[in-house]
Amino acid sequence: MPDKEPLLRVEAVGKEFFGNRVLEEVNFSLFPGEVLGLVGENGAGKSTLMNILFGMPVIQQTGGYEGRILIDGQEVRFQSAFDAIDAGIGMVHQEFSLLPGFTVTENILLNREPTAYNPLVEAFGDRIRTLDRQAMRRRADEAISLLGFSIDPDTLASEMPVGHKQFTEIAREIDRKNTKILVLDEPTAVLAESEAEILIQALRNLAGKGIALIFISHRLQEVMDLCSKVIVLRDGRVVKETKPEDATVFQIASWMVGRNVETPVASSRRMADTEVILEAEKLWVDMPGETVREATFSVRKGEIFGIGGLAGQGKLGIANGIMGLYPAGGKVAVTGEKLPLNSPAVSLSRNMAFVSEDRRGVGLLLEEPIDWNIAFTAMQVQDKFVKKLLGGLIKWRDDAAMRDAALDYIKRLEIRCTSHKQRAVELSGGNQQKVCLAKAFVVGPEILFVSEPTRGIDVGAKKLVLDTIQRVNEEFGTTIVMTSSELEELRSVCDRIAIVDSGRISGTLPASSPAEEFGVLMMGESLAAADIAGGNADGR
Amino acid sequence: MMGDSNAGQKFTASENIRHFLISNAVPIIFIGLSAAAIPLSGFSAGYLVQEMLTRLARNSFLVLSLLIPIMAGMGLNFGMVLGAMAGQIGLILVTDWSVVGIPGMILAAIISMPIAALLGLICGKVLNMAKGREMVTSYILGFFINGVYQFVVLYLFGMRGILSVPFTGTEIRIPITNPQLVLSRGYGIRNAINLTGIRRVLDNAFPFSMHLNIGGGTSTINIPAGTFILIAAFCVFIVWFRRTKLGQDMRAIGQDMAIADSSGIAVERTRIIAIVISTMLAAFGQIIFLQNIGTMNTYNSHEQTGMFSIAALLIGGATVSKASIANVFIGVTLFHLMFVVSPMAGKELIGQAQLGEYFRVFVSYGIIAVSLVLHAWKRMQERERARRGLRGEG
Repeated sequence: MPDKEPLLRVEAVGKEFFGNRVLEEVNFSLFPGEVLGLVGENGAGKSTLMNILFGMPVIQQTGGYEGRILIDGQEVRFQSAFDAIDAGIGMVHQEFSLLPGFTVTENILLNREPTAYNPLVEAFGDRIRTLDRQAMRRRADEAISLLGFSIDPDTLASEMPVGHKQFTEIAREIDRKNTKILVLDEPTAVLAESEAEILIQALRNLAGKGIALIFISHRLQEVMDLCSKVIVLRDGRVVKETKPEDATVFQIASWMVGRNVETPVASSRRMADTEVILEAEKLWVDMPGETVREATFSVRKGEIFGIGGLAGQGKLGIANGIMGLYPAGGKVAVTGEKLPLNSPAVSLSRNMAFVSEDRRGVGLLLEEPIDWNIAFTAMQVQDKFVKKLLGGLIKWRDDAAMRDAALDYIKRLEIRCTSHKQRAVELSGGNQQKVCLAKAFVVGPEILFVSEPTRGIDVGAKKLVLDTIQRVNEEFGTTIVMTSSELEELRSVCDRIAIVDSGRISGTLPASSPAEEFGVLMMGESLAAADIAGGNADGR
Repeated sequence: MMGDSNAGQKFTASENIRHFLISNAVPIIFIGLSAAAIPLSGFSAGYLVQEMLTRLARNSFLVLSLLIPIMAGMGLNFGMVLGAMAGQIGLILVTDWSVVGIPGMILAAIISMPIAALLGLICGKVLNMAKGREMVTSYILGFFINGVYQFVVLYLFGMRGILSVPFTGTEIRIPITNPQLVLSRGYGIRNAINLTGIRRVLDNAFPFSMHLNIGGGTSTINIPAGTFILIAAFCVFIVWFRRTKLGQDMRAIGQDMAIADSSGIAVERTRIIAIVISTMLAAFGQIIFLQNIGTMNTYNSHEQTGMFSIAALLIGGATVSKASIANVFIGVTLFHLMFVVSPMAGKELIGQAQLGEYFRVFVSYGIIAVSLVLHAWKRMQERERARRGLRGEG
């Protein structure tokens, strides 16, 4: 094969977003019938690479890309996704883009329906042509059989199991006669294991028909099973290109997380004997994009409990669900007592506080001054900063107490501001985060949920925020549940870390465990499957 | 507390019955009300059948004009009053020119179509700027265009003009020569216009009557066959339209604008086409409606058109996002059955016939409110159903 011109050649492709380099010198090529596995952590550059390949407008708007992309030896530079489609690139997205009230056939042929002439076309133009239902059906059947799978073409999309939706989506792409390269972004993420197997088989069939596939997945075992070539991206570079038979799942995981394996980790304290303060059993949370399906875990009093995992797997949903911000169900107990879900007021009154990942939306009253922001939750929930008159009939805001508290936190957390009256919207991200923390500390919580505390803030502020969290934990014995996408951050602060995958806890490890073990958990493999002795496999 | 059951995606028989009752709550309530009110009113079956046939002929076309925007996901087109106004302008002009009979109706339609198309275009453009809030926007837009309509009819139509182009002395005026149409001051159209020239010309184009034998007495029923032929043709058109590429695109947009857009369908343009078609059909519907009534209230006839058509459609079991031809006929029948029966039933019950008129208005507003609330509630229920799939492999 190598002497032929590849179907797709990516040469020295790079991309910068506002001075922030996300891709550098990416090279690879793809031949017909080949299946390329693309793996990497969040932020490794997979999505950016695919956006470039698919001509997404976001690339043009941010100054284009470096390097060259060649299809059949011809350089291409797509202006829009439609150009990419014309050039024969199909893309199956992570979220379904099927119309619920359309049948499989109608969805597969959406906006490509074969039509027939009728006399009114002369008056009203081509859009008034009638649909040729028989031809539609025929083409849908063809596309489905090419996948080697059977679905009834007359089923409505809304009535199909997720697996069938995924097939319909793929069938839609291969119905385009010119599709030569098919990009699949996490196609198995929503599938059950048996469905995923059928899908993998179908993709093999497709490759056998000469279509080249780019398969993005965080389930490494699938990548190993399906692909003929694996590319590992880390920090925007190709760190490894290998054949699956030359590597193990464990090696690939360590290439992916590779950079900081040697970073010293905070000495793990022994927490084993303290009582359980927070217990969740089969918790589900309907948070869009971060769905939690069945999370079971327990947190001990006084520990810093980390929740990690890849984006979209549900780690953020856990804290939001327990705090009542999104519809949730299942059992949650705080200090042994059942917590009624779906009510933020109840959760707050149980001495829990939440520093949301959505700083600007949920965390702050952007147009209000710092002192109001800090005092707000405590005032609402605990009647702090309130002066009572006439035996509580009239309540006044206690501005002096609010000022004192604000000034105290401004000093302790080094919040950089002009005064305690500065509006929250004018602060930098790091200082906003400190205000959010202060707001939670004022409540004096027993359990503090902190989500993505260092997202979007600079290195100096990051350290201060993390130190503050640790100090509060040590000084006041506050139990902390910290959610973060950055594994290294969790490992440096937490005692134990739970990894969330597909809405479930795939394992809980002491923070001192090797990074590779966390990596394997994130990839949806149980530790047992990756052949690591002594892992906490949960039987997936 | 929600979500404690482990029923998965399977629903029990009682749940399905409940689901059916909820989805069809509105027509079921109205069938119940009618069943109670008909015996009370004391009307004969023959009379009621005649009334229903007349009213079906009169209103169906207007209600049918609502179907296409619903298909395109734009909700109930309160903007159909724009079309009604266009139709009335056509009728004023043909009455002035004394064009009578079927040619009069056709001419009125020819005059009103471009006006309706223009108003529909404006409406469509505005609604594209207010995606997701089409109904309230089109409702308010109806008031705004009503102001423009009143200005045109009240100041620009007349035997003499009151406005002129500055410095030229040219009058801005749409000439009306028949003094019976014009207010005594010389400009502005009178409130009541007698449409003698076209009264019932379509209804009676093909005279057809039959003898009906119900409940012992025989009664003669006149069937407005001409209008029904037109309505039938229009139904065929709608069924056919759904099977065209344009109709398919509208259905796609109606389900998810973002997906339709990403598959390359021209979303905004298609939405405008849907509203233009609806507005033009409403203009024609208003002409049919008024030829049956025979008189026109220049300043009021169109105002109630939107409200009553929408109420009728909803009573027929349609929702903001789903409506069929059957909903139209069931709705018109049930809604007008209540209209006819309730004054007499009211009189029999509490001795006051005004109850009927009160009921009419109360019912139309009430039904629209209830339908909107039911729609929102049903969507919440569906989300709840979908949420069951969250736990486990569902």
